[in-house]
Amino acid sequence: MFDALTDKLQGVFSGLKGRGKLTESDIDKAMRAIRLSLLEADVSLPVVKQLTTAIKERATGDEVMSSITPDQQVVKIVDEELTRLMGGTNVGLAMAPSPPTVILMAGLQGSGKTTHTAKLARLLAAEGRAPLMVACDVRRPAAMEQLAVLGDQIGVPVHREEGATDPVAVARDGIAAAKRAGRDVVLIDTAGRLTIDAEMMDELVAIRDAVRPTSVILVVDAMTGQTAVDVAVAFQDAVQFDGAILSKLDGDARGGAALSVRAVTGKPILFVGTGEKVDALEAFHPDRMASRILGMGDVLSLIEKAQQNVDEADAKRIEEKMRGGTLTLDDFLDQLRQVRKMGPIGQVMGMIPGLGQAGKLKDVQVDERRIDRVEAIISSMTLSERARPDIINGSRRRRIAEGSGTTVQEVNQLLAQFKQMQKLMKRIGKGGLPSMLGA
Amino acid sequence: MSDTGGAADLGAFAELFGLEAPAVPDDAPAPRRGLFRRLRESIAASQAQPISPQLAGIYQSKLVSDDTWDDLEEALVLADCGMPATMDIVEALRAEAAAGKVTSGDSLARALTDEITRRLAPEPARIPLGDEPTVILVVGVNGSGKTTTIGKLAHRLTELGQKVVIGAGDTFRAAAVEQLAVWADRAGVDIVKQAPGADPGAVAFDAVVAGRARGADVVIIDTAGRLQTQHNLMEELRKVHGVTGKAMEGAPHHVLLVIDSTTGQNGLSQARLFSEAVPVSALVLTKFDGVARGGIVVAIERELGIPVAMIGVGESIDDLQPFDARAFAEAIFTPDAAA
Repeated sequence: MFDALTDKLQGVFSGLKGRGKLTESDIDKAMRAIRLSLLEADVSLPVVKQLTTAIKERATGDEVMSSITPDQQVVKIVDEELTRLMGGTNVGLAMAPSPPTVILMAGLQGSGKTTHTAKLARLLAAEGRAPLMVACDVRRPAAMEQLAVLGDQIGVPVHREEGATDPVAVARDGIAAAKRAGRDVVLIDTAGRLTIDAEMMDELVAIRDAVRPTSVILVVDAMTGQTAVDVAVAFQDAVQFDGAILSKLDGDARGGAALSVRAVTGKPILFVGTGEKVDALEAFHPDRMASRILGMGDVLSLIEKAQQNVDEADAKRIEEKMRGGTLTLDDFLDQLRQVRKMGPIGQVMGMIPGLGQAGKLKDVQVDERRIDRVEAIISSMTLSERARPDIINGSRRRRIAEGSGTTVQEVNQLLAQFKQMQKLMKRIGKGGLPSMLGA
Repeated sequence: MSDTGGAADLGAFAELFGLEAPAVPDDAPAPRRGLFRRLRESIAASQAQPISPQLAGIYQSKLVSDDTWDDLEEALVLADCGMPATMDIVEALRAEAAAGKVTSGDSLARALTDEITRRLAPEPARIPLGDEPTVILVVGVNGSGKTTTIGKLAHRLTELGQKVVIGAGDTFRAAAVEQLAVWADRAGVDIVKQAPGADPGAVAFDAVVAGRARGADVVIIDTAGRLQTQHNLMEELRKVHGVTGKAMEGAPHHVLLVIDSTTGQNGLSQARLFSEAVPVSALVLTKFDGVARGGIVVAIERELGIPVAMIGVGESIDDLQPFDARAFAEAIFTPDAAA
């Protein structure tokens, strides 16, 4: 809730109290801070420009100019604009009116096509479909073998032709084989290819034309930098892909590439990959992605750190509560106090699946301030409010904000993130906390 | 792109490894020009599109104006150099302009490549061989190009008369061992491997022991791709590094971190966290033959001082070149017109 961007903006607007109106120079400084933050997150420059134009227009309007907390207003605007640009509700995978549904996977070398072909196949099989994977990467050593091994792991058949050199033919054969065997979804893995390799791009078009896929999916590595736009546009021009999968999101890449792909092609991110294992596939949440790109999510980082240092028995108790979704704000406050007692905080460990934000804290001073504010907010709540945050309505929020010397917005943010965290903790409950603790 | 440049390339590789250069015919092109031309070709010269409008803007301008500095900043950011490195570079060049050393677009462009070159190669990265065997550990995130790079490296070393043994240390990913085995076959080198799921430390150990027993000059150990934030996997990497040292004192002598050219600012986190787990000696920048500029190495150099040893420019066995900072800077930052 007090993230890098907020800090920067607080810095920009810090001299403002009592000064009254914001000047153009103040807004320009804020825009620069925003631009920096987005570029750090690997959002492509043209998209950053597009965004800052939209943000600046709103920032020079009434909602910021007449606000007593312009920095928070601006952050809110940035978050809103990002979420809007990321796209609305999740789209899901299109199925063909009559089987088989054909899904063609495409992307650069090493983006994760083969792994995600298997992840999708596994998901579809779990939903009751009968998928077939087709190994059309005839180029990379042992690529077909890789798909075959994955097929074994997930119990999905793989069509492959040893020694094949023409992926178009293999693709056609694969579809025919699927029809013969009554498989209703065909997932075609292809070779990684460079967008400036005309021959390989032509080959992809040829495969597409031969199989007439229901969906073409572009797999994009979450750590992709500025060229995300070039890559997306090139694949768009060549094969008009229908959606993207953002892979390797379990790292600490901010994932600006997702925004770039979406903003420039208008195509949705369908799924995100959150690990190497075949079950590490999740739906894409535009609002979470927006927060991640902005570097938000500190509440969860704090929890992670707290977990690292809490003793065994305590950890078990917390784990039980998390699994059951009964972790209260009081428990949370407890954890935070423990974190404070620890002093300098070391490296953040492991990742909560489906979230980003593992990374070192910048410095302890900043943490102390954040923890102070959160502590103040929770301390200003009544015991019943802490036990059941759902009862905290507008007037209670105002009271809490006043009592803690913070703002309603901060109170809102804490409650929203706590709720989000509870939901996630429940999901972890299925996977088990020990694995999260990196044991 | 599979045109190797023959003897000229090998000479540069010999230098990289501290080996005696193979005999070079008198009429062979000077290595750097050959490398530069190939790098340029791999960027976009044949695509009939400028490197970027920003760079074109710089070159076309007769005088250096405010717009020029904006263009320069954008060009560097677009190349994934990151804002901190970009600001440093722009500041340095502004100082030169203020001192009257840079007046036109052309001289700015030259100053830019000089500046990038200077930053990337205060000392040329070397991978000296000489231990018996020299052990090289190859690490990096998933999909970065470790296995392909090892195949190419094994081939180059073999061409230079070195006996190479490869260790199939990726025991996790489906068919990773098979993939490396194909490369070993192509390069004509021995491969040490175990069953899938075997302990990677054990494979590393075996590879070094086997390498010594067979009188190898170089042992190259592949590892599974891993994200730098995966605490337990970074621990595993530390372990592999340590175990290699038990097989032979001083091993591994070099740790190469493989970085994909398309990587954005996350490359900094990769370099940082991998370096904390194992002593990374140098980077290998892969997939440079695409649209990506690979400027992340500039950001990494600025923050961590890790040099680049080699650069991958394609999927064929010959598509590996020793890193030449000037050739790289010129390939990225000069538009076609000036090539």
